[in-house]
Amino acid sequence: MAQYMMLVYEEEVDPAEQAEREQVTPMLVDLHASLREAGLLVGVQRLYSTESATSVRVRDGQAEITDGPFAVTKEVLAGYYILECADLDEALKHAARLPMAVAGWATIEVRPVMSPDQWLDTAREAGVDLSDEDVRNLA
Amino acid sequence: MSGGAQPADPVADAVARAFRDERAIVLATLIRQVGNFQLAEDAVQDAFEAAVTAWRRDGVPANPGAWITTAARRRAIDRLRRNRSVADRAERLAELTRLDAQDEEPSMDDESMIVDDRLRLVFTCCHPALEMPARVALTLRALGGMTTGEIARAFLVAEPTMGKRIVRAKRKIADARIPYRVPADEELPDRLRGVLQVVYLIFNEGYAATEGDRLVREELCDEAIRLGELLTRLMPDDAEVWGLSALMLLHDARRAARVDPSGQYVALDAQDRSLWDQDRIQEGLAKLERAVRLRRPGEYQLQAAITALQVQAPDAEATDWAQIAELYGALASLNPSPVVELNRAVAVGMAFGAAAGLDVLEPLLGDQALERYQPLYAAHAELLGRAGDAEGAARAYERAIELSANAVERAELERRLGALE
Repeated sequence: MAQYMMLVYEEEVDPAEQAEREQVTPMLVDLHASLREAGLLVGVQRLYSTESATSVRVRDGQAEITDGPFAVTKEVLAGYYILECADLDEALKHAARLPMAVAGWATIEVRPVMSPDQWLDTAREAGVDLSDEDVRNLA
Repeated sequence: MSGGAQPADPVADAVARAFRDERAIVLATLIRQVGNFQLAEDAVQDAFEAAVTAWRRDGVPANPGAWITTAARRRAIDRLRRNRSVADRAERLAELTRLDAQDEEPSMDDESMIVDDRLRLVFTCCHPALEMPARVALTLRALGGMTTGEIARAFLVAEPTMGKRIVRAKRKIADARIPYRVPADEELPDRLRGVLQVVYLIFNEGYAATEGDRLVREELCDEAIRLGELLTRLMPDDAEVWGLSALMLLHDARRAARVDPSGQYVALDAQDRSLWDQDRIQEGLAKLERAVRLRRPGEYQLQAAITALQVQAPDAEATDWAQIAELYGALASLNPSPVVELNRAVAVGMAFGAAAGLDVLEPLLGDQALERYQPLYAAHAELLGRAGDAEGAARAYERAIELSANAVERAELERRLGALE
């Protein structure tokens, strides 16, 4: 067995269209349950929109913090970390410690992960009917 | 009655006054208590809306601040009950309910608590993970008492645009968990620099409006000065905090003299010095002195010292330009910047003649960062004119006029171009 990461890319849309998209949530609940049952699902997480993204790059030993996601140029995604932090400041501090950031060749995009509860709430706000049991299957 | 002057509305006035004087303090405390910026702000907003109706019905309360505090807390409790996604919701609700059951408000004399809450709010609003325009808007709204509409007008953007910017920033604070706390000691100097930068940017936007047809937007200058003073109360041991406050006061003292009655820009050497606000100058000098006593020199203190030399001289001729040039040199060694170098060139030109000034300025003409920087060409034109090169001066003025986005400033450049030969 080998592990594979699947990265979900999508265009960000206005709130009305996003509410439409939330309607797939019951399908995700079923899919995640069956993947988990088959022992295939290592992890799945939803991110908040790029509006809550912060980018960190280190220049001359100083962390440069900017609002917004990393603008795609020649660089490609090379890996990821998921860290448990008290708040954004702690996350940014660790991002600036990564050796590839310190060496200056990598920019670290820091994105908050949505909690299962918040994921469920977001879908519910869009009118999707879900039980509390579904949280466990969703994430 | 119709067609007459707007009738006085004491209730509306009282609400407006409470908004300006109390909102920031109530908000700062409530954010700590509910642990959610957006929810606290919404609750404070609700409380002010409720005040309009309640005060019209029952009269303006004796202590409007206490009324708003209680009302905002109750609205926060309602909102917390409905919002499941707030962290530690149960504990927060219990604490708020306990506070609400107390007979009297916790004493407002608890000055240190208020100071701490306001400091937290300062650092949240000026967090580097927010885009700069959002930091400025949040700071003006949450710490100054400006409404979204006032901020939008001051920055010449449509109100819905400014509203969206603020909503987006608040959502990021919640989603990304931008903390509500004073940064740790090792981060503090860096983060404090960021705070001062936001305040100075607000001041500059007001003092030398980059766009529009007014040269000075007083409301932004006043708000920045108020914020600067707030910071000196919150962080009295930081020399640069005093330095920035002094710098803004010393600049602002010249406000009335910078624009003539017809709205034309008046250059420093042509200003009517009797229009300079002597009280402001004294206040600025006292703050600068206070800063210098802390013996931690910094950029704002140096700039304030430069401005102090300018405002204390009886006229432009008698200004100690050699000393100013030296201070710009010190500033450049602290933070090398082509803009500082440009200012040094102007001071050198005043102290040691146009040729000496041009020697410092001319290398800057190839600097990419200044390629579209109007003051560079205006200063170049001035020095060339004084050195007797009218043709070169005209070319430089034309470039400066082309780059100017402010109508008042452009008119002055055109007048100077016309006055050549």
